[in-house]
Amino acid sequence: MLKHWFAGHLALGLAQAALAASVALVVMFIARRRSIHLEKDISLALIRGIVQITAVGTVLVLLLRGPRWTGGLILLAMIFTAAMISARRVRTIPHAWKVSLYGILAGAGSVIALMSLAGVIDSAITALVPVGSMLIANAMNANSLALERFRSDVQAHVGQIEAALALGAVSQVSVFPYAQASFRASIIPAIDNLRSLGIVWIPGLMAGMVLSGSPPVYAAVYQFVVIAMIFSSSSLTCLVSTSLVRQNVFSEADQLLLRPSAHVAQ
Amino acid sequence: MTTELPVLRTERLGRSIGQSLLVSDVTIEVPRGEVLAVVGPSGAGKSSFLRMLNRLDEPTSGSFSIEGRDYKEFLPRELRQSVGLVMQTPFLFPGTVETNLQFGPAQRGRALGPQEINSLLERVGLLGYERRDVTTLSGGEAQRVSVARALANDPVLLLLDEPTSALNEEAKMGVEQLLLEIVHASHLTCVVVTHDRAQAARMADRVMVMEAGRMRKIGTVAEVLGA
Repeated sequence: MLKHWFAGHLALGLAQAALAASVALVVMFIARRRSIHLEKDISLALIRGIVQITAVGTVLVLLLRGPRWTGGLILLAMIFTAAMISARRVRTIPHAWKVSLYGILAGAGSVIALMSLAGVIDSAITALVPVGSMLIANAMNANSLALERFRSDVQAHVGQIEAALALGAVSQVSVFPYAQASFRASIIPAIDNLRSLGIVWIPGLMAGMVLSGSPPVYAAVYQFVVIAMIFSSSSLTCLVSTSLVRQNVFSEADQLLLRPSAHVAQ
Repeated sequence: MTTELPVLRTERLGRSIGQSLLVSDVTIEVPRGEVLAVVGPSGAGKSSFLRMLNRLDEPTSGSFSIEGRDYKEFLPRELRQSVGLVMQTPFLFPGTVETNLQFGPAQRGRALGPQEINSLLERVGLLGYERRDVTTLSGGEAQRVSVARALANDPVLLLLDEPTSALNEEAKMGVEQLLLEIVHASHLTCVVVTHDRAQAARMADRVMVMEAGRMRKIGTVAEVLGA
């Protein structure tokens, strides 16, 4: 319907954005009638979202026209930002930013590098950045899930962990079951994505490739390739971060640092 | 003539977090085979004092030694194997009773044989319980397993942190009696934290009273509690 009224791409995009935002506003008013006041949060988020994505889109257009090596720089900046966002969720874990950075670098970074060298990801900046960003974003989400689960499990099992320490266990052994559980929980979305591919959801990448003229079967296979890479990079990220984080919650004398604030012996 | 070193010696031992003083200036000696009870009101610093001796918490002042060896000369896990700790709640690991008894020795790469398992279970009155899943144990039985688990490391000093306060009255007397038998039969050196002065009088050779993180009094049961 909107296409009949708006001819240019920009005008059409703005009209679509306005319509999508108005749906969000309707939700906001329904919430308000139920005494849930989200007006400020939703209004600010909507304005911030449109400004942010438009600015990034503009910058990306310029960057995507740059030489190939700028693709690596863009991805590196994305990895740093992803690590910062992920670490914010678990501020109580000492050095969570470093753990997240090393995890995402080792997971997403190494899969992107390896697959680019092997030619699975086209090294052209227009392919490398969008595909790489998908891997980084998913690795970030998996890392956040892993660290958050680890934090809550450790804080819920202080007694068992200290009982193990008191019996002479090495610190990393005492939290091993919780690191294992965190890893398992963090890769559930990646496994479910693989399981449900094509049945529950048809990802945007495949739709985009078909629209841009790629043969549908190749688009489908490449979509599987991307989802498999997402699984590998997310899993590797969490393997590294759950291994590293085990060291970070103990002092040099193997004393548990990550304890609920109320849990102080008298 | 040689004088035997005390099993535990603390020298102005203390711990504070920021401005909050948990334990301050505690200087004591506990000779081999003695049971020292630490009593005092809630928040007096009794458990904080005990946790430092197992190095679950780090002293911020003073020092302590085990059989004449400064605590900093031990690796933390080596010290914890020599200084057993039984907590108020047993915190058993998932699995069988035997899994729990094997845990401490396994950290040193050692596996207990069936005879050693039986001997430990006999000491805590649970002979034949080795295959029992820990989820099927009563509170008193679970605490007995946690005592056996600490003894499996063959510690030179046993720390008991309110070992019966989470139990019902019947189980409480059973576990207390068991601890007394084990400590006296093995001539084990022991520091027991309790808020129950009557229990301190029944169990200890000497009693230390703590208040606001400081040692107020130390002496025989008769001197301190008048019992």
